[in-house]
Amino acid sequence: MLKKRIIPCLDIRDGRTVKGINFVDIRDAGDPIELAKSYVEQGADELVFLDITATVENRKTLVELVKKIAREINIPFTVGGGINSIEDVSRIITAGADKVSVNSAAVKNPQLIAEIAGQFGSQCAVVAIDTKFENGEWMVYVHGGRTPTPLKTMDWVKQVEALGAGEILLTSMNHDGTKGGFAIDITNRVSQTVNIPVIASGGAGQMVHFKEVFENTEASGGLAASIFHFGEIPIPTLKNYLQKEKIPVRCK
Amino acid sequence: MIAIIKYNAGNISSVQNALERLGYQSILTDDPEQILSAEKVIFPGVGEAGSTMKYLRQTGLDEVIRSIKNPMLGICLGLQLMCQHSEEGDTQCLGIFDEEVRKFTATKKVPHMGWNSFTQIEGPLFEGIQPEQDMYYVHSYFAEVGKDTIGTCEYIHPFSAAMHKDNFYATQFHPEKSADVGEQLLRNFLNL
Repeated sequence: MLKKRIIPCLDIRDGRTVKGINFVDIRDAGDPIELAKSYVEQGADELVFLDITATVENRKTLVELVKKIAREINIPFTVGGGINSIEDVSRIITAGADKVSVNSAAVKNPQLIAEIAGQFGSQCAVVAIDTKFENGEWMVYVHGGRTPTPLKTMDWVKQVEALGAGEILLTSMNHDGTKGGFAIDITNRVSQTVNIPVIASGGAGQMVHFKEVFENTEASGGLAASIFHFGEIPIPTLKNYLQKEKIPVRCK
Repeated sequence: MIAIIKYNAGNISSVQNALERLGYQSILTDDPEQILSAEKVIFPGVGEAGSTMKYLRQTGLDEVIRSIKNPMLGICLGLQLMCQHSEEGDTQCLGIFDEEVRKFTATKKVPHMGWNSFTQIEGPLFEGIQPEQDMYYVHSYFAEVGKDTIGTCEYIHPFSAAMHKDNFYATQFHPEKSADVGEQLLRNFLNL
């Protein structure tokens, strides 16, 4: 049986791991390689590395980091943050990443999704979507959640699927950093609508939140950062709990 | 020496990295002599069937692969290309295995992406591996279960998770991305 994936996200700045609280405050949580290896040993199913300042800083650091990660870890990983062009994608994939995630650049130029899928395959093309519920509608935000767009989330997810995205990483800005649980409503609607895997992100604070998102939505995985970084929820404890709750997970 | 067949695919370095972690040196090559004289050959696969087969035919690598006598392991698209025919781009493949490659009917999410266990496994490739252990898969097409199947997995339909005929082995999953269990399988292949 296909398992639900538990995915720690490592936010990277200047080669170090950080985590934004509601996308604003940042706390340091260690060396990305060491942290990544520790997650693999604990049984993480996949890792996401998000270069949160990549849009303004030198990208060579990231490519070197991706090469190191690819040498060290034996599970799939995604790299995102500030990927603007097919050339950026090519550098990251060539360095050894299994997937790239695009966010703002895909909104600006949706054709980028088709280019990635065409050149490297749909399985490489993750579209990250930051969504916010306001005035009765889930809307798409870009630039790390700073800039609103006129795009409705439900329209955008259909478009990215049609363009060849292989996976959607859906972050609810209303829930991110709150530790109050994943956004069940929008995650459910998106995962019912598209036929590609959807990863739920934003709001995980307790083990029961993972159970809720897997029981009430078609999400293929749950992503979280701080609860894993600071050891609040060890991955083996989470997986044992989910298994007891009849959620299919990979146990080592 | 271990040869990894070089062709117009995406992320091939992950196989080389995995072998390095196991302590094996390998070369990435499209040179027929190096491929045919290697003790073990790995045929990795990320990409699309039609354009990859076209490339293999143009470069003559299709004939080289069919003439390999030492153990070869095809991975993911590698497995599919070793079959007779793929629905992806209506492609005539290498014909090492007799089975057909079909597209998943989308009653569930496609691609089949993530960790999945086995319904059955057999043979030396799976030495020390239990059927309930998970491997990492990413694919939208699958090889049907047939006489060359040595491991089955189920997603929407039962399909070939691993295949074997003579010196040719193949896995639909990515052992190089399947943590410790995947490393065990790679070690088993290298010890054949």
